[in-house]
Amino acid sequence: MRTLLFRSIFKGPATIEGPDAGPQAVRELVKSLDDLSRRVLGRSLAIREVDAGSCNGCELEVHALNNPIYDLERFGLKFVASPRHADVLLVTGPLTRNMRMALERTWRATPDPKWVVALGDCACTGGLFAGSYACEGAVSEAVPVDLRIPGCPPPPIEILKGLIALMDAASRTGTAARIGRPAGLPARE
Amino acid sequence: MAGLKRITLDAAAWAERAAALGRGEGELFALFGDDGQVHMVVREPELGALEMLTVAVENGRYPSVGAQHAPAIRLERAIRDLFGYEPEGLPDTRPWLDHGLFKLSAPLGAAGAPRRQEDYPFLPVEGEGLHQIPVGPVHAGIIEPGHFRFTANGETIVRLEQRLGYVHKGVETLMRGAALDRAAQLAGRISGDSTVAYQYAFARAAEQTLGVKPPARAIHLRALMAEFERIANHFGDFGAICNDASFALIHAHTGMLREQVLQTADACFGHRLMRDRIVPGGVTHDLTEEGAARVRALAVEIAPRFAELFEIYDSTASLLDRTVTTGITSAELVKRFAPGGYVGRASGRKFDARQDLPYAPYNKLSFKVPVLTAGDVDARVRIRAEEIRTSLSLIGQILDALPEGELRAELPAAKEPREGMAVVEAFRGDVLMYLRLAADGTVARCHPRDASWFQWPLLEAAIEGNIVADFPLCNKSFNCSYSGHDL
Ligand code: SF4
Repeated sequence: MRTLLFRSIFKGPATIEGPDAGPQAVRELVKSLDDLSRRVLGRSLAIREVDAGSCNGCELEVHALNNPIYDLERFGLKFVASPRHADVLLVTGPLTRNMRMALERTWRATPDPKWVVALGDCACTGGLFAGSYACEGAVSEAVPVDLRIPGCPPPPIEILKGLIALMDAASRTGTAARIGRPAGLPARE
Repeated sequence: MAGLKRITLDAAAWAERAAALGRGEGELFALFGDDGQVHMVVREPELGALEMLTVAVENGRYPSVGAQHAPAIRLERAIRDLFGYEPEGLPDTRPWLDHGLFKLSAPLGAAGAPRRQEDYPFLPVEGEGLHQIPVGPVHAGIIEPGHFRFTANGETIVRLEQRLGYVHKGVETLMRGAALDRAAQLAGRISGDSTVAYQYAFARAAEQTLGVKPPARAIHLRALMAEFERIANHFGDFGAICNDASFALIHAHTGMLREQVLQTADACFGHRLMRDRIVPGGVTHDLTEEGAARVRALAVEIAPRFAELFEIYDSTASLLDRTVTTGITSAELVKRFAPGGYVGRASGRKFDARQDLPYAPYNKLSFKVPVLTAGDVDARVRIRAEEIRTSLSLIGQILDALPEGELRAELPAAKEPREGMAVVEAFRGDVLMYLRLAADGTVARCHPRDASWFQWPLLEAAIEGNIVADFPLCNKSFNCSYSGHDL
């Protein structure tokens, strides 16, 4: 083990250079952040991942963000265990009916200001599962979505681009509590 | 699949087969509903081949298999939910996949009004000093949703009860009436980590149904992708298990190995998970000479790096202390439930579809299926490690044998109703795919059975007597699919 540790120290990092935020992602963000007033978070976002019916393919690529190649945390992005610690809900899957309540509760447990990122084709539109008796389709059916990252699954680099764009926009424009609540969603429990 | 027999039994003969399973004669491979009938797939260990048995559903009822053979219980609860058939004598009639929230009840059967949502009655527990810990469906980590109800006495778990179905997407219903290519895409989205294996199984089932033989080059490229998928997942699991024992070093390095495999897959086949690359009739992407060289170089590079990581695992007492004797799955339960993959092989069940229900090109490749008897987390780690070594060797063999030629065979029209079945060895165990086509070539019925069906219940048993803090470790060593199970 010692040789491996030494080698790792002298070899330098395996980590790749960070990507710029994709232009498409930026455009979508600027739009979604327009109605947010000011509060600077600094360059840091805490992310809570919620699988709302995914095939687990999207999760695999989200996991990859934590590996030393992408090393998400160097950007100030961090996955957290509780929605109460989160700024961002990263939601995957075609929102199954059986997961809707859990997603809504998670959303309500997340303090304002907060953003929702729909990750993967399923979360964006329902994907191949749209129209099923067991799915709601897009995640936006239940919670307001600020950013969509399509792909099946989106590769880690695309997820990273989207999240960096979200964070840049958040620290540039500042943020504030989202007041609007999606139709049909009861008040905070 | 050569040797598939389908026999229609009357209710009495069906019940007798169920009783035989309960006595330990043969293994249950699948049990699922169909239009007006129920099928069960069994394997006689001596004969090796699979046999498909069918019973008619009369007045909405058929004799329960679960009444005589416990591994069938969850499968029959799912049949009740999806078809509305009543398995007569089923000891547990609580709904399983249907949480009372679907837009329909019995979507594959009479498709009626939604079932009313009721509180789910968990099994009662009684005893002094016991407390319950409900966990999920949303978990702390980045994992799939499911509910675990622990009953603990102090730190020790005395019972775990799982409740699944949260990611039920209605795949079988979406497949019904779908064209073959859409159904193949759906098959690849049943469990993302096994997208290759599922599409491999679907393609083979479709080819058997239509009597098509894919080109030899495609057959080899499929196996290459399947071994890539296996290695990538085993790296991920090996690292994650060590990480759950708070040993981050191995996790970091396996993370890089996994990433290299996925990047190579992307470079060679144009998708990191190789999704939608295997289709009925063949494959969509060819492997260039450059790609083949890259794959070879990867295999050569990875082998010693993995060996070094495994050496660290094997010589770190604090890590072994967490994995050895933790989460033991008894050989007796494994014999009854016949779980595939590392869960079975770590507890003495030497079954691997690549060898025991052989399919090309594996019938021409040489490899050993590892088997251990300890049945603990450590044994499941060691089986994975051995399978990584095997897969690396298989990749070399496949490239050596890779013939030139076409990638895809033309698919003939169905013309009449036809059926077929295939079993493919995914990284977590065997995936079974039953397919029936209508005369117009659309899917009349497709049933994909994930390996997890027979593994999840064993996790409940394996955790008993362990401490709550060891659950993540045990769970990861099983790594059952939620999505593959919930469908
Ligand atoms: S977008 Fe694709 S990878 Fe992600 S959950 Fe849906 S089917 Fe799976």
